[in-house]
Amino acid sequence: MLLEVRNLSAGYKSQGKEIEAVKNVSFSLDENDFLGIAGESGCGKSTLLFSILRLLKRPGEIFDGEVFFKGEDILKMDEETLRKKRWKEFSLVTQSAMNALNPVYKIKDQIMDVILEHSDYTKIEALEIIERVLQMVGIQKERMDSYPHQLSGGMKQRVAIAMALVFSPSLVVMDEPTTALDVVVQRSIMEQIDEIRNTNKFSMIFVTHDISLLFEISKRIAIMYAGELVELGQTKQVYLNPLHPYTSGLINSFPKLTKETKEYKGIPGKIPDLSKPIIGCSFKERCQNRKELCNTRPEFKEVIPGRWVACHFPL
Amino acid sequence: MGSLSFSPIISFENITKKFPVRKGFKVQYVHAVRDVSLDVFPGEIISIVGESGCGKTTLLRLLSRIYVEDEGKIVYGSEIVPKKFKRKEELEFRRKVQMIFQDPFSSLNPVKKVHQILGRPLELQKLNNIDERIYEALEEVELTPPKNFINKYPHELSGGERQRVVIARAIITKPSVILADEPTSMLDVSIRAGIMKLMLKIRDDFNTTYLHVTHDLAAARYISDRVAVMYAGMLLEECTADDIVLEPLHPYTQLLRKAAPDPDRLVSEKLGYTGEVPNLITPPKGCPFEPRCKYAMKKCKNFVPPYFRVNKRKVKCFLYEKNN
Repeated sequence: MLLEVRNLSAGYKSQGKEIEAVKNVSFSLDENDFLGIAGESGCGKSTLLFSILRLLKRPGEIFDGEVFFKGEDILKMDEETLRKKRWKEFSLVTQSAMNALNPVYKIKDQIMDVILEHSDYTKIEALEIIERVLQMVGIQKERMDSYPHQLSGGMKQRVAIAMALVFSPSLVVMDEPTTALDVVVQRSIMEQIDEIRNTNKFSMIFVTHDISLLFEISKRIAIMYAGELVELGQTKQVYLNPLHPYTSGLINSFPKLTKETKEYKGIPGKIPDLSKPIIGCSFKERCQNRKELCNTRPEFKEVIPGRWVACHFPL
Repeated sequence: MGSLSFSPIISFENITKKFPVRKGFKVQYVHAVRDVSLDVFPGEIISIVGESGCGKTTLLRLLSRIYVEDEGKIVYGSEIVPKKFKRKEELEFRRKVQMIFQDPFSSLNPVKKVHQILGRPLELQKLNNIDERIYEALEEVELTPPKNFINKYPHELSGGERQRVVIARAIITKPSVILADEPTSMLDVSIRAGIMKLMLKIRDDFNTTYLHVTHDLAAARYISDRVAVMYAGMLLEECTADDIVLEPLHPYTQLLRKAAPDPDRLVSEKLGYTGEVPNLITPPKGCPFEPRCKYAMKKCKNFVPPYFRVNKRKVKCFLYEKNN
């Protein structure tokens, strides 16, 4: 097991109010796994990612829980050990990664910076590595000397991905890496990532609100609602046979490209206010099958091997 | 729906729009829309699909007179839309052609209540029974009961509710044409379906015509009767909503179709390297898609293909030349 998250709770504190954006989340990730986390805006998916990597900034705070990466708790590590592991053992690609590139540095200098900081390679060796990783993401080596503004959005995002892969980390976390890009570019970047994963095995956590994309490409999927995981399982199984009413609602609320059905439902109501305590199931206000028992909090439990759901009355 | 026996409500005829970009003393032009012709029929929902920078939003903004075309003309009903309105003409035009914007978080004035937001167009148009019409419009967009919403500020509403207020503002003058620029792309998945169904309901109730801009093929297929595919300022293909998914003809449409996310896809076809969108300051001389097209022929490089008819569809590609 590569990563194990146990009962993680995190959130934001401000003006005496405490907002629990991530509630009691547990899941694990194997080597060479591809977990997609789907959820709507404000469901806590980014907070979850940043907590796992211990990148959550104030007023954000991790309240409770453990995150074991290769057997060590990331949340208890001292700063220096953690800093050494970043980029090398795990790395992050964010949505705005393409805008995070420093505009006055050439592409190769930015990647060089990461390499020299985290290893003993000489500049010449580093250049070879840069050439190799850029080629891996489909950027010709002549482009090494370009400045970020000379590249298109798709190419900048490819550079950000290349940077995350420099040391072949065993875990790469991607937070909406293709959201700002066009469909064709998005598809070709996803293809590229797939190819790289075939040769350099690594695990990936991929977060997006583009649910149709996630259902198509991920191996396993976790559905998040109001800070909690409500369902987790093999993507195809979840898609064909959703157990949680929210998952089923989500699947019914986006039009499918190839299916004839002309009826999409959507989910009535809106997400609960996270600053107030939620009693029982967080989805009960919008759920059509709610019963008496839903006023007690359902446990996130394994109902079939590999299939987890937080619902008293799974579909 | 889109039957050719009616005369079109809107016609774009050979529209060209370029924007100046200054580089020192030199002025260059971004060719945003090039020679686009499109007929839209009453009660029809037509989706313009394409990637960012293809000119789809510019086309909408030309019709709404945010921009003025450089060449060609736009006909509304039986009259040419003038490049500069007289005040009276403008009021008349605005009453009939309304817009829905992409981002409901920035298209509503944060310091005005829903009542003021919806009342303003009616005041400008000097219409009567303002309160009554506001209630009616709120009911039409399913914000019920209206009295719970009328005194709210935009920040008190959720994203879906805001977009409904935006739609209410658009339909409040009973327009015959609504221009919708990516109306669902900023919304969460679970409320998108509701907004799309609302747009369809309004069409069914009032026979409203929509020009809908989107990059989401699945949404375009769901909501529209016809689809127009734009690329690098040109309209490459016009077809029914089903054709674009089931039988895309233009190589670019085929590429879009292959790239669109589809969870029901069993075997995914590799796209491989697909090239980049051409620079619109110096667009290709021939077909704009030629540099990326795997079927490119010699003449594609030098000539812009005309529209060829394939069954009832229009395709701007030399591959279909023999059909004519």
